[in-house]
Amino acid sequence: MSIEFSADAQAKIDALVTRYPTKQAVVLAALHLAQKEFGHLSDEAMKLVARTLDVPYAHVFGVVTFYTMFRREPAGKNVLRVCTNVSCMLRGAYDVLAAFEQKLGIKVGESAGDFTLVEEECIAACANAPAVICGTKYFLDVTPAQIDDIVAYLKDRPHPESEVV
Amino acid sequence: MAADRDTKVVTHRFGDESAKEIATYEAQGGYQAVRKALAMTPADIIAEVKVSNLRGRGGAGFPTGIKWGFLPKDADRVYLVCNADESEPGTCKDRELIYWDPHQLIEGMVIAAHALGATDNYIYIRGEMMREYAVLERAVAEAYERGYLGDGVFGTGTRCHITIHRGAGAYICGEETSLINSLEGKRGWPRLKPPFPAVEGAFAKPTIVNNVETLANLPYIIANGGQWFADLGVGRSGGTRIVCVSGHVERPGIYELPMTITFNELINEVCGGVWKGRKVKGVIPGGSSMPPLSADELDVPVEFDALMSDERIRPVEVLPGVLFDMGGGRQLRSMAGSGGIVVMDEATDMAEVTARIIAFYRHESCGQCTPCREGTGWLAKIATRVARGQGRPGDIDLMATIADSIAGNTICALGEAAAWPTLGFITKFRADFEAKIAAAGKAA
Ligand SMILES: Cc1cc2nc3c(=O)[nH]c(=O)nc-3n(C[C@H](O)[C@H](O)[C@H](O)COP(=O)(O)O)c2cc1C
Ligand code: SF4
Ligand code: FES
Repeated sequence: MSIEFSADAQAKIDALVTRYPTKQAVVLAALHLAQKEFGHLSDEAMKLVARTLDVPYAHVFGVVTFYTMFRREPAGKNVLRVCTNVSCMLRGAYDVLAAFEQKLGIKVGESAGDFTLVEEECIAACANAPAVICGTKYFLDVTPAQIDDIVAYLKDRPHPESEVV
Repeated sequence: MAADRDTKVVTHRFGDESAKEIATYEAQGGYQAVRKALAMTPADIIAEVKVSNLRGRGGAGFPTGIKWGFLPKDADRVYLVCNADESEPGTCKDRELIYWDPHQLIEGMVIAAHALGATDNYIYIRGEMMREYAVLERAVAEAYERGYLGDGVFGTGTRCHITIHRGAGAYICGEETSLINSLEGKRGWPRLKPPFPAVEGAFAKPTIVNNVETLANLPYIIANGGQWFADLGVGRSGGTRIVCVSGHVERPGIYELPMTITFNELINEVCGGVWKGRKVKGVIPGGSSMPPLSADELDVPVEFDALMSDERIRPVEVLPGVLFDMGGGRQLRSMAGSGGIVVMDEATDMAEVTARIIAFYRHESCGQCTPCREGTGWLAKIATRVARGQGRPGDIDLMATIADSIAGNTICALGEAAAWPTLGFITKFRADFEAKIAAAGKAA
């Protein structure tokens, strides 16, 4: 059974196609939309994007595997991206990451319940290190002592990345 | 008049949540400069930008007016792309510029597009910047509603469209040819240059890629004149500079400051000094790809040319006494890069910092070139073992030799971005590496 985009997503894709000289240019946007609609990028979802934009499936597959935000497996509602790059490391980011691992009972890269934990590179919030991002929400100047509150907050108010697509 | 510490050209609306609304922006005089620009000829705008000494704020510090001049005169179609992929570690200004003042960027883009004859333009925004994407999307929609973007902007016959293009997680897409491939819906693999994007870029057409901060300065250059902007700065560097100060200072932050401020003044007078009453050990002056400065090199200003040529900065070496050659015998001191300044206190383990920086570039290498792909892999392995106290005699020179063989031998500058800090940290903080290796020898 093949899957289809919702009318809303299809309309967005149709509008975007008029903005570029090629349909291929819309591949990233269509993949963001597919990930929102289907949760992750299954073979079926990648085929749908290929079909919609008249590009080879192999091209879409190559794009999906290049970019870290595209997922071929389901993830938690909240994707917690904890920066451990140099500015954050200098102010205790690895302690923050360890505290998340302990609190959620998972290792980096794993999911449990509503959460997926990712060790992220610099998220352009270095002046407020250590920094954590979850969808449209930034947690800044984070200390291990704040981890309980952050997790409780996101359980109440999930911030899925697909919110802004 | 030279800028002083209170001069705020592009950050004066920071902190005002209402400034992202078009009504507030206009009430404060926004979208006036673009009206003036639309009445000017493209050649006059380019001349004004040349006089201004505006230099690219994305990393290379290349003069904007000169770069614009590389476009072929007879091009049937030209693209302007704003680089909002900000991901060089230590850099956090473009994200704030978008969040607090999206219309300032849009106005700058309409001015640039008119100067370049570009009708269909793109903002390439980093995929992880979801909050900023939402702000920008709203601002672009507001500008369309008022007729400031569209087929005939501000009641003129000039067509100017802006489409926001989201990335999806890949540092390398900040490199302009990688960004162009990503804009075309492909893997973000950098392209061989030449051809340079100004000749053949997006969709095989001449393309200008400019950083967010670069474009955000344009309304003020048009409003006040290129000479005014040149006078704010010093020498060949016009305007102010946004620096992002992170690491071990009391008050990290994003500060717009005169080009002439020194690192010592910045740390002690603006950022409240080094934290915990400690002393400074070293500073990364322009994002993690730039060679660090040691504590006795901090009386140098943050300005582009000073960091490249001030003789108070010791040049980077490959081996003790053997200078690194950037090509043609040119020495490497450091560079102002993206404005990301990372301060490290006396307790910092520089071997650990080096290993973390290398791990980043290894992770982000796109893998197209063997020296970068293999070289960053080896560097990461050796730097990690040194940092963990398992280094072997000879590891320092091995790292330096590998780094030296990456630099200059790759398609894009990510190779240098890994090699330069490796060589720079070893040159300036060799004792840290030696001590760790000596301790490892004793433990074994
Ligand atoms: C590996 C690498 C990463 C880069 N990342 C960025 C970036 O995130 N943002 C940016 O504006 N420029 C980045 N650049 C520089 C761009 O290639 C390009 O020079 C710049 O966007 C030009 O704009 P400007 O002249 O206004 O500075 C990067 C360069 C390299 C080699
Ligand atoms: S230098 Fe590295 S990142 Fe740049 S093209 Fe080559 S492999 Fe890719
Ligand atoms: S290093 Fe963590 S946000 Fe930049």
